[in-house]
Amino acid sequence: MGTASDKKLFDENGLRLDGRSPGDLRPIRIETDVLNRADGSAFIEWGGNKIQVAVYGPREAYPRHMQNINQAFVRARYNMAAFSVDERKRPGPDRRSMEISKVISEALQAAVMVELFPRAQIDVFIEVLQADAGTRIAGLTASAVALAAAGVPMRDLVVGCTAGKVDGKVVLDLSKEEDNFGQADLPVAVMPKSGKVVLMQMDGDLSIDEFNEATSMIFKATERINQIQRDALKKNYASTAQDWGE
Amino acid sequence: MSNVKQIVMPGDPVEVPNLKPRNGVYKCGDNKYCSQFFGILQESEQFVDVVPFTGKYVPRRNDKVIGKVIEIGPSMWIVDISSTYTTLLHMNDAPWRVTSGELKRYMNVGDYVYAKVLSINEIKESWITMKDVGLKKLEGGTLVSIPAPKVPRIIGKGGSMVNMIKDSTHTRIMVGQNGVIWLDGAPENVIVAIGAIRKVEEEAHTVGLTDRVKKYLEDKKGEIVGNSE
Repeated sequence: MGTASDKKLFDENGLRLDGRSPGDLRPIRIETDVLNRADGSAFIEWGGNKIQVAVYGPREAYPRHMQNINQAFVRARYNMAAFSVDERKRPGPDRRSMEISKVISEALQAAVMVELFPRAQIDVFIEVLQADAGTRIAGLTASAVALAAAGVPMRDLVVGCTAGKVDGKVVLDLSKEEDNFGQADLPVAVMPKSGKVVLMQMDGDLSIDEFNEATSMIFKATERINQIQRDALKKNYASTAQDWGE
Repeated sequence: MSNVKQIVMPGDPVEVPNLKPRNGVYKCGDNKYCSQFFGILQESEQFVDVVPFTGKYVPRRNDKVIGKVIEIGPSMWIVDISSTYTTLLHMNDAPWRVTSGELKRYMNVGDYVYAKVLSINEIKESWITMKDVGLKKLEGGTLVSIPAPKVPRIIGKGGSMVNMIKDSTHTRIMVGQNGVIWLDGAPENVIVAIGAIRKVEEEAHTVGLTDRVKKYLEDKKGEIVGNSE
């Protein structure tokens, strides 16, 4: 982020390196129920990101002192595989992944009906297999799908998207190069039905006008991503219907 | 798609004219109800419910469940009923005269029980009892598990589905509300019965299921041993 570079991020037609216009998303594909042992699971491909999410629980919280008598807690664990980035990442939790785990946990906690499960915990394991900018938001989007597929009661799904500033222009859904050489990155997650924001972070600088432009782009994009989430969930159940020639 | 019921997602409004929302919904505004689950809309005479496709069993009083003993205390068996929380079976609720510290002589870790939910408190601690007709320690047989929300489909209206499977496969079947099912009979028959249960599990969200299971059982009739015909 913010690395000074003379790398050109737009071509003469105003298109980005991967041929997208400023308001375009990368292709997104979500699959559910990919793991048999987990209570719910999802796999997301978002541009070059490949992320696997597994949900376990709600189950009794351990260690015992973590139990809350009033509600469950959501414990997300964001982890990047050593081979997920160009240069080998030292495995294990680090400062960055612990921060992401925390913000994702809090975002999901807002959507899950934690008050129905006193003393319980809900585990969400987010494994990044291949990273290409925007993994926290892709992981969170897939986590919401995995939670719904696990039958966990929720107020709403959670859907995220990023926007940022590249070469002085506000663009949606940054790619790796744009993230590295751009001037700002703004990941936002919302609950699509109520429009409540559950996660917002900003790296770099945006003016108020740019910020407003970025957020309105994100809000519009989340509707599309939410539709992808819903289609992914429905897919498994619609195909059974077609099996008997309906 | 007419034979799949309407699918809803968490946060979707649940509005059916003349029907009151009941289970699986939460209040999301004045006189507005939204779904808690990813599941289907189930309409009955007065109410509309959201039935999730899967999820953990939520114990309710007087439910009959099948559980596994996972730990033994001085006066309680700790039983796993595939819910979020484990449950407790006190020695006084067992059908034997048990003295404290001697629980192992009656049931050991790994044994299965067919029991009734006695009570649940506000922090979701629950107790089960074996003091009622038909409740017992399970000996022999085979166990299969399905998601608890699909149990009503396995049982069917007034037990029609499970009775049909029982009659046509000549097996003994006990269905716990928590989704654990106990079967006993000739191995060939049990395999056919499990096949029928898996079919119900996969197609629980569709209508006209009884007819398809009936057809499945008729197709498999040749594999059943002990047919009187």
